[in-house]
Amino acid sequence: MTALGLLRRALLLLAMPVVLVAAWWVATAGSTDFFWPPLSTILGTFDDTWFHGRITGDVLPSLGRLAAGYLLALALGVGLGVAIGSVRVLRALLEPVLEFFRAIPSPVLVPILMLFAGIGNGMKILVIVSGCVWPVLLNTVEGVRALDEVLRDTARCYRMRPHSRLVHLVLRGASPQITAGARQALSIGIILMVISEMFAASNGVGFTIIQFQRGFSIPQMWSGIILLGLIGIALSAAFHVVETRVLRWYTGLRRAQREG
Amino acid sequence: MTTAPTGAGTAGTSTALLDVRGLKKVYQGRGRSVEAVRDLTFAVGPGELVCIVGPSGAGKTTLLRCVAGLLDCTSGEVVLEGEKVTGPPRGMAVVFQEYGRSLFPWMTVRQNVERPLKEKRVPKAERRRLVDEALEAVGLAKVHDSHPWQLSGGMQQRVAIARAVAYEPHILLMDEPFAAVDAQTRADLEDLVRSLWQRLGVTVLFVTHDIDESVYLGQRVIVLSNSPTVVLEEVRIDLPDERDQLTTRAEPRFAELRTRIYKLVQQAKDGHRPAE
Repeated sequence: MTALGLLRRALLLLAMPVVLVAAWWVATAGSTDFFWPPLSTILGTFDDTWFHGRITGDVLPSLGRLAAGYLLALALGVGLGVAIGSVRVLRALLEPVLEFFRAIPSPVLVPILMLFAGIGNGMKILVIVSGCVWPVLLNTVEGVRALDEVLRDTARCYRMRPHSRLVHLVLRGASPQITAGARQALSIGIILMVISEMFAASNGVGFTIIQFQRGFSIPQMWSGIILLGLIGIALSAAFHVVETRVLRWYTGLRRAQREG
Repeated sequence: MTTAPTGAGTAGTSTALLDVRGLKKVYQGRGRSVEAVRDLTFAVGPGELVCIVGPSGAGKTTLLRCVAGLLDCTSGEVVLEGEKVTGPPRGMAVVFQEYGRSLFPWMTVRQNVERPLKEKRVPKAERRRLVDEALEAVGLAKVHDSHPWQLSGGMQQRVAIARAVAYEPHILLMDEPFAAVDAQTRADLEDLVRSLWQRLGVTVLFVTHDIDESVYLGQRVIVLSNSPTVVLEEVRIDLPDERDQLTTRAEPRFAELRTRIYKLVQQAKDGHRPAE
């Protein structure tokens, strides 16, 4: 890519955020409304609010629980999804139930999970798992079902063993759908990370934001919301890097099919 | 029936590498059953190159899938090297028509060819040699790090052939492998199959709907009836072993054989069946 092209991309990428931030800045400049403090005030409190102990005290615990819940949901979703996608009886048996569970919004599970799992990390991780597992599970089932018949036959003809069939045929073949599910699960995970901390918690980004709100530290509350947005962007960028690597073959294949 | 079967390997002989006896396949659907293959009996001797032709819908693919152990037959049996086929057998490789769908798109060309060898637990050095030789043999030594979808259709089918060859099968099944490539590529690939067959001494069962192709390639052509399928006739191809796209196809004998098989296929289409 030429330098000019790079510049063009950077401009396209940044133009809208810059406009929005500028609009926010201008609209709230000199604001005396208690609930809508000027953006300059919010940003002014950012450093004080977050970079003196709260990174390790709140942000990292939040991210730790998110990571644990998300990875657990991935493992569970892919594992169950492969089983359900491969065994027709299992699919017929479980599909209606899965639809039901998927339809339940995970935040309502928080009070129930609190009864069983207490108010510690375990409960919060369970809440994240209970929301993240569905898109991964259902997409994995679809991906496994959509595996090409000819490819399956090929694997059988060359007598691929069950383990390598799983790794080199099923998981790789379903990886586009699994990744799509994982992407949805990530944004659900971030939401649930915050929500799980709003009910009963002693640390975390969500907990801190609620504390600020209750203490009428409005600029600090706003800075927490901005921080969440930034965390979201960073995680989705990290996801994109992994996705591009894992699905390089898929994007290439799709392009070849379009052009062919 | 105007001519008696002139098959080289007769069914039931103990020298046959592949023996198909009374093969019958009925597909059971909801409330109805479709008899695709009624009664197929033929044999393929070691080192033979046999083509199977028949009108479209003659159950060629069903037959091949039964032979490959991918499909259970309703009755009858397929015996390969003295053992009854109940699942994909050890010494067999298959080249499918849908080359684009039979190669693993997430693997490179090299990985595609190497995968079955890893499954066979071939040691690394040996694996390397087999893959290199196979890719060399099909003229793809230079593209081993590409992915299949970066190659043309003909080249993809070469990869599938290389994979089959590297596997060192005793029998190679080919299911209309060149039906989806253009005519020139097709001629090249036909010559490739002939030369690999001659060099490696592998037994080849080649299913096609192309009459010219069957005459050009085969030592023997088995003509199938329409569905429910039986063997209509076996025709011995007494052309010289050295074949060449230009001269072989220009020989009067080629034209005769072609005409004969063409008539048989026409008869098959019209529903002509051997006396039962």
